[in-house]
Amino acid sequence: MSDHDHSHDQGFLRKYVFSIDHKVIGVQYAVTALVFLFFGFCLMMMMRWQLAYPGQSMPVLGELLPSLFGKEWAETNMGGGVMSPDLYNSLGAMHGTIMIFLGVVPLIVGGFGNYVMPLQIGAPDMSFPKLNMMSYWVYFMGGMIMLASFFAPGGAANSGWTSYAPLSVTATQGQTWWLVGMIFLITSSLLGSVNFIVTIFHLRAKGMTMFRMPFFVWAQLVTAFLLLLAFPPLEAAGALQLMDRVAGTSFFMPQGLVVSGVVQEYAGGGSPLLWQHLFWFLAHPEVYVLILPAFGIITEIIAANTRKPIWGYRTMVYSVVFLGFTSFIVWAHHMFITGMGTSISAFFATTTMIISIPSVILLTCLLITLYRGSIRFNTAMLFALSFLPMFAIGGLTGLPLGLPASDIALHDTYYIIGHFHYVVAPGTIFAAFAGVYFWFPKVTGRMMSETLGKLHWITSLIAINVVFMPMFFQGLAGISRRLYDQRLYSWGDAMQGWTVVSSWGAWALGLAQIFFILNFFLSIKFGRKASANPWDATTLEWSAPSPPPHGNFAKVPTVHREPYEYSVPGMSKDYFPQNVSEA
Amino acid sequence: MSAGVLPYTVEPHPVTGLYSGKLGTWLFLASEVMLFGGLFSAYILLRVGAPEGTWPTHEEAHLSWKIGGFNTLLLIISSVTMVMAWANLKMNNFPKARMYLIVTVILASLFLTLKISLEYYPHWHDGLKPSTNVFFGLYYTLTALHGLHIFGGIVVMLYFIGPGAGLWKTNPEYYTNRIECTGLYWHFVDLVWIFLFPILYLMN
Amino acid sequence: MKILRWCAPVLVALAIVWMADASPALAQADAPDISDVQIDGEYGQFPTYMPPDVSKHGYHVDDLINILHVFMILLFVGWGIFFVWCLMKFRARPGHTADYKLVKAKAPKYLEVAVALFEAFLLVGLSMPVWARVKDELPTEADNPIHVRVVAEQFAWNFHYPGKDGLFGRVAPEFLNSATNVLGLDPSDPNGNDDFVSGEMHLPVDRPVITQITSKDVIHSFAIPVMRVKQDAVPGMRISVWFHPVKTGTYEIACAQLCGNNHYSMRAILRLESQSEYDAWVEEMAKGPAEFDEDDL
Ligand code: HEM
Ligand SMILES: [Cu+2]
Ligand SMILES: [Cu+2]
Repeated sequence: MSDHDHSHDQGFLRKYVFSIDHKVIGVQYAVTALVFLFFGFCLMMMMRWQLAYPGQSMPVLGELLPSLFGKEWAETNMGGGVMSPDLYNSLGAMHGTIMIFLGVVPLIVGGFGNYVMPLQIGAPDMSFPKLNMMSYWVYFMGGMIMLASFFAPGGAANSGWTSYAPLSVTATQGQTWWLVGMIFLITSSLLGSVNFIVTIFHLRAKGMTMFRMPFFVWAQLVTAFLLLLAFPPLEAAGALQLMDRVAGTSFFMPQGLVVSGVVQEYAGGGSPLLWQHLFWFLAHPEVYVLILPAFGIITEIIAANTRKPIWGYRTMVYSVVFLGFTSFIVWAHHMFITGMGTSISAFFATTTMIISIPSVILLTCLLITLYRGSIRFNTAMLFALSFLPMFAIGGLTGLPLGLPASDIALHDTYYIIGHFHYVVAPGTIFAAFAGVYFWFPKVTGRMMSETLGKLHWITSLIAINVVFMPMFFQGLAGISRRLYDQRLYSWGDAMQGWTVVSSWGAWALGLAQIFFILNFFLSIKFGRKASANPWDATTLEWSAPSPPPHGNFAKVPTVHREPYEYSVPGMSKDYFPQNVSEA
Repeated sequence: MSAGVLPYTVEPHPVTGLYSGKLGTWLFLASEVMLFGGLFSAYILLRVGAPEGTWPTHEEAHLSWKIGGFNTLLLIISSVTMVMAWANLKMNNFPKARMYLIVTVILASLFLTLKISLEYYPHWHDGLKPSTNVFFGLYYTLTALHGLHIFGGIVVMLYFIGPGAGLWKTNPEYYTNRIECTGLYWHFVDLVWIFLFPILYLMN
Repeated sequence: MKILRWCAPVLVALAIVWMADASPALAQADAPDISDVQIDGEYGQFPTYMPPDVSKHGYHVDDLINILHVFMILLFVGWGIFFVWCLMKFRARPGHTADYKLVKAKAPKYLEVAVALFEAFLLVGLSMPVWARVKDELPTEADNPIHVRVVAEQFAWNFHYPGKDGLFGRVAPEFLNSATNVLGLDPSDPNGNDDFVSGEMHLPVDRPVITQITSKDVIHSFAIPVMRVKQDAVPGMRISVWFHPVKTGTYEIACAQLCGNNHYSMRAILRLESQSEYDAWVEEMAKGPAEFDEDDL
């Protein structure tokens, strides 16, 4: 599986497209994922129009899309430039799916993980380079299938990213595409996670003991285990749902279903809740897949920019491992309202409260690291610092959702949309931005513009809070999520003003990304040349040239110390790289 | 510059005691355990939740333990021949190892042939389809997924018998390792069947 | 004997025809336009934004939510002050260096333990009793509850009342008729004789209500924000939930779970009335559709 040939002049295809170099694959992952993220965000910007101005023709797109997709499509989906409820539901389901499975995970695991992790442990490459390449291409195909599903009869999947049966089983064809696409994405994750784990166990440089690994590597390791063990049950569930849809089995279909007055032909005997159990058994660990690598990224950045060792590094490692384990026994906190008794709900509420403790510890350790540091406010650090309070809001609002009694009022409302977006958008996405600003010089050999970067940061931070803060108010007011037009309800009508505010926030957020896109492309071309270690950081990736050549290190590094030895007393420089033997 | 061959492709890692391919195979099998574990829990949940009298009895299931038992036997023997193939490689006897691999492929193909001709085909013909009831849905899904795994195993073995055999000449240790990993996988697939056989054929 | 064999099916057939025609409103009238029904209460009010509470038990949920948010805000503000202070105090500047030695602070540990203990208190002291009370401890017959079955379907709520006998008729899909028998009531079950179905939920105040919630097609979620009640309607399951209205008025019932393209419009009216108004309404409904009044007399 693993010996790779290393001819010096590979052709363009071998070098940039079907490359087996982890760095090229990492960049492929990251760029593809960023494009998908932007696409998923565009879907949401369209939906925000419908939410803010229901029934009004969409500006520009209201005319553009019908002319692109033809008259027939326009009649069913966009009569008069107004999106139909079906289209709204498709966009919503695809927004969720794309953001999570095609955007965030491939970016922070496939992208950052692939690029940075082998460098940080001093490895020449991943253990299985060809498998690594396959993992990317399988992901890519999964993404294409998801995109193609927009053109399926009846449009893309429209049963939410959660695909609850029986709705998803009786849904239009797009759902089948969704399931097939998911099977590709899951396969890709499995290939990737095996590779990550073996690499971390086997390819560490000499002296790189487990407790000398940067925290980012620990986060990737736990994430890989989560992907490895939590995804297969979803694959099983996906296979069962596919059978229900195409072979007429009734795994998720109970006896005597009557859809629009027609008695269904399913034999019955299935259980709709079975899907939810299998789904959330994956999807809760998935939440940690979304957040742990983000924690890893900002830990690196905070250490380098406070010029100080991380406070409680070992505690953080234990916490993240503990989080990994416990994330497998909390899944049913997503199902309190399905008719659960006191004892089961108490069990899952207890595990949920327990799992909140390591998250608090992670946050506390990073906060205390700031104490007595010497904090540099570069763009990467600003994004990393904003992660902390934003994640805190996301985490705190998880509390009323994790307690079954308050969840009665808040479940399936906008409150939950606000909650997890604070975790993933100003949380994970900000961490990802921080990572881009931080490692860009390593990848391209050039610095990004700090001015554009800071503009990007401040505009994004303000806008993103304008988007998501109102969602808590809306949730408390009682507005259900996934509503095409909330004004039918009196509480929705009363809160319409906040919806408009939130929508304008989303569009402003979209505009703010122009700074990033400009910065990204301009810096590749015109950025200031970067040295090997522009941030004066200690971990191994900074001992390789920027950008590192194929094979990474000119000389295989030997590791002599803990990852974050900054401001060691009695040294001339305020950082002591892991690979330098003596001061 | 050249990356050099990655360490631990052939020699075991001092801490894990495994070469990379083997560790990878074990991890892959762990995920497979979760995959089939998910399906087995679905089976249990659906069976426990089935309304009184809706789960088919032994007769209604139309699954002969004789055919199933014979197939079980085939797989168990194929596991043995797989081990023999690997053992012979260890003893540097490539032709004999190849012969055992071929026998394994034949046994596996026989398993699939019997499954299809004596079970799937007549069942389908008699109107016992996945949509008939939850039991048959599970039966077809589980056995088909298992059959797919068998099929995958056959493809991999054929590769090592045919085009992949060249590796023996250039790097015999590496080749032996790959056969060992294939064997691990193969034992796992057999093990899955050992679970499937009683819950589908015997416990109705 | 022979005569009986001949007569029985005829009698049954007659009975079915009679019941299908004259039985009380088994078909939910074509969904009436409820968009201009005047809804009581003030919504989206600063600072909590929560809808009015017209139930006897809802304050448990509200109190918990309020306590939690006060706790969350205190924690966040305290945390935020320290955060901002650190950023200002320890910013990089000429002459300032970071301290390599890690602080040996006990405070974070104590704080964490305190947070954990408080969470335990929230869970055991506040959440679990409320949950047990509102989800598990159904009122007994001594509390004189009203029984209503809630049957969800894309995209409407059907409220199945047992009529004056207090007994629900048997339902089965084979009797279903989307025009005359939306629930599939078995016409041969006498318990179902005075059952009726309404698209509006009427309830008397100051009496507990036990609803049995189910769905005909996909998963819906029966939500009455003003009653602090929410329960998924799962096909194949019948789940009991109770609540206790205390204030008369006209309110809304929502679907909280995505159930298809018109999920957003799956809304029903809840009328909370005095006992006498309610009785009159039951009387009226149990009589069946107006056209058949004369036949009944
Ligand atoms: C930053 C820009 C984003 C905006 C403005 C945004 C906005 C929204 C809104 C308003 C909804 C609710 C739609 C509805 O209930 O009808 C939603 C749903 C969702 N979003 Fe986002 N979102 C953003 C980013 C993200 C990210 C980064 C992720 C994930 C990593 C994400 C994952 C989801 C998921 C899973 C849902 C639920 C979809 C469903 O109902 O099935 N979003 N988003
Ligand atoms: Cu969860
Ligand atoms: Cu609904």
